[in-house]
Amino acid sequence: MTSAREEILGRIRAAKQDLDLPPVEVDWVYGRTTGDPVHRDHAQVVDLFVERVEDYQAVVDRAGAAEVPGRVVAALQRYGATSVVLPAGLPDDVVAAIRDAGVEVREDDHLSPAQLDEIGAVVTTSAVGFAETGTIVLDHGSGQGRRALTLVPDIHVCLVRADQVTTDVPEGLAREVDSIRAGQPQTWISGPSATSDIELSRVEGVHGPRTLHVIVSEG
Amino acid sequence: MSPRRTPAPPPGELRDSLPFPKAAKIELANVQQRANLRHATHTIRAKRAQVVGELDDWEALRTAGAQIKDRVLRNLDDYLEQLEASLTAAGATVHWARDAEEANRIVIDLVRATGQDEVVKVKSMATQEIELNEALERAGIAAWETDLAELIVQLGHDRPSHILVPAIHRNRSEVREIFLEEMGTYGEAAPPDLDDEPAHLAAASRSHLREKFLRAKVAVSGANFAVAETGTLVVVESEGNGRMCLTLPETLISVVGIEKIVPTVEDLEVYLQLLPRSSTGERMNPYTSMWTGTTPGDGPQDVHVVLLDNGRTTALADEVGRKALRCIRCSACLNICPVYERVGGHAYGSVYPGPIGAILTPQLRGLGSKVDRSLPFASSLCGACYDVCPVKIPIPELLVHLRHKVVQEKAAHHEVHAETAAMKATSWIFADSRRMEAALKLPSFGGKVLRGRLNHFGPLPYPASLWTTARDVPVPPSESFRDWWARERGGQR
Repeated sequence: MTSAREEILGRIRAAKQDLDLPPVEVDWVYGRTTGDPVHRDHAQVVDLFVERVEDYQAVVDRAGAAEVPGRVVAALQRYGATSVVLPAGLPDDVVAAIRDAGVEVREDDHLSPAQLDEIGAVVTTSAVGFAETGTIVLDHGSGQGRRALTLVPDIHVCLVRADQVTTDVPEGLAREVDSIRAGQPQTWISGPSATSDIELSRVEGVHGPRTLHVIVSEG
Repeated sequence: MSPRRTPAPPPGELRDSLPFPKAAKIELANVQQRANLRHATHTIRAKRAQVVGELDDWEALRTAGAQIKDRVLRNLDDYLEQLEASLTAAGATVHWARDAEEANRIVIDLVRATGQDEVVKVKSMATQEIELNEALERAGIAAWETDLAELIVQLGHDRPSHILVPAIHRNRSEVREIFLEEMGTYGEAAPPDLDDEPAHLAAASRSHLREKFLRAKVAVSGANFAVAETGTLVVVESEGNGRMCLTLPETLISVVGIEKIVPTVEDLEVYLQLLPRSSTGERMNPYTSMWTGTTPGDGPQDVHVVLLDNGRTTALADEVGRKALRCIRCSACLNICPVYERVGGHAYGSVYPGPIGAILTPQLRGLGSKVDRSLPFASSLCGACYDVCPVKIPIPELLVHLRHKVVQEKAAHHEVHAETAAMKATSWIFADSRRMEAALKLPSFGGKVLRGRLNHFGPLPYPASLWTTARDVPVPPSESFRDWWARERGGQR
């Protein structure tokens, strides 16, 4: 008996017999920023990133590098988070500030989904930002934790350095290609979880974190 | 027989649905649905137009989107073998399924091997197409839809009517009633004081599904893209239900159509710009997940991919029809279509409604059923669908091509087809000038009588009914051109 695999491949080979043609050319230059933004200077790109992330009803906080630990604590207090899970690799000064503020810190020692559901917030770093679409990429490297950490707690405080912000999808994806090839999972986040399933009117906050607080640091 | 675990869908098989013109007539009488659809399609059209307008290189992106898919389709066998090898190297197990039955059996066996009797599901057109939920139900496995719109459809004992927003035919007060009535039977009940605010309805779905996500050991998904070189699968979503299913369970089974392949990671930059803008009219959807086989310490460690044919290789063998396999399921063609806007998705008798459904369904299922033979005619050929298609599928061209196939199919079975009958009669009349004169006088007589009272005819008796059940015929002019010429120019030649 022919296996499904052999049969499907055989059908494809039979189907394309009329195609005695060279491969299709693709007229696209990869990894290049598209349109006007290529001419912008980086400060404008960061401004656009902030504007577009805010468009999704996320909260964006701009800070100097030294101010970041204080801003993280302020954000956790603002939303009333009493417990927080911190992935390995988060900057020491951020971890120290959170501990000093008296927020209960949980480390990710194989927490089950149900245990994660008991925790109020998560603080992570990020890998890349895309200004044009207001997107933050997590490649779940150091400081970002495994995927479940930034999913189950209802508040996500996310740190983005200005130098991580790229213009758009092609420029940003180009920075992540090696990580994807190495087998790392990716999570692209554009605002808090949302739905448009009822009468196509957008509602923020379904299953993912309902609060996304982004701290963009410079210097 | 043991009782059902999940809400029962409407009885009957989709492919036994009424032919499109008859179904359309019933749907058109549903005034509430027409109002819901009009509101929804006009909202999404405006959003799409705005975000597409922001990109200067939109046309270049569309061209690239079409070319990359054409490249894949031309060497699909090579790319599938490459995908299988990279998935296997990344720790996933690859399965091949010739048809729906084989795919369903593979999934059932994989779920049984885990010892579980329920799965959580990410919204997936491929699993809708193979009717996986009902196959699982028959095997005693409960499949819980977790996308909000799919949940509304499932709890409502309903069928999806749109690719992206399957509950587009329901308004907020209908959703509220479904939630209040049904949620408690299948899990956490809706709060009794639930009102019809979309935010509150979304919150009710959050708490209803939370316990299912937290206890789930097995998830079933589709994939928007499968990268051949790395084995990376991509799921694009909004609510986070996808992330829950892709991340929390121990076993993940993804049913992926063989045409979902893109060659390289870089190709994603094209599609992840085209898809969100075309589908939800957003610059980017809230969440995109990518995973490559298994990742130690992160997410499911038992990962399976079922590569699904189910009619795709038949479509591939048709050199015109194969262009439909470029489709990335954005649904822009549904939202722009004047026919879809009025009749809705159920009239198409398929999980793929609208213009793309009219060209995809008859190719995937064949022309064996009445509804499938009627679908290529479910269009006015206005061409708006092509203009918005992010991968430039020439939908009107495929519709005409498939109409030709339907006519051939009917001729082979000695069935009367409206156009064929009309053309035969016309050629008999045109062949003789006296017959032509006489024929032209007939309608002008009628025209003299009726002009001023009516502008068009509704349905006419058989055999004209084949044409006029779904179309109006203008009342003929009171004078033919020949008569006018004879009167004005005195019979000059």
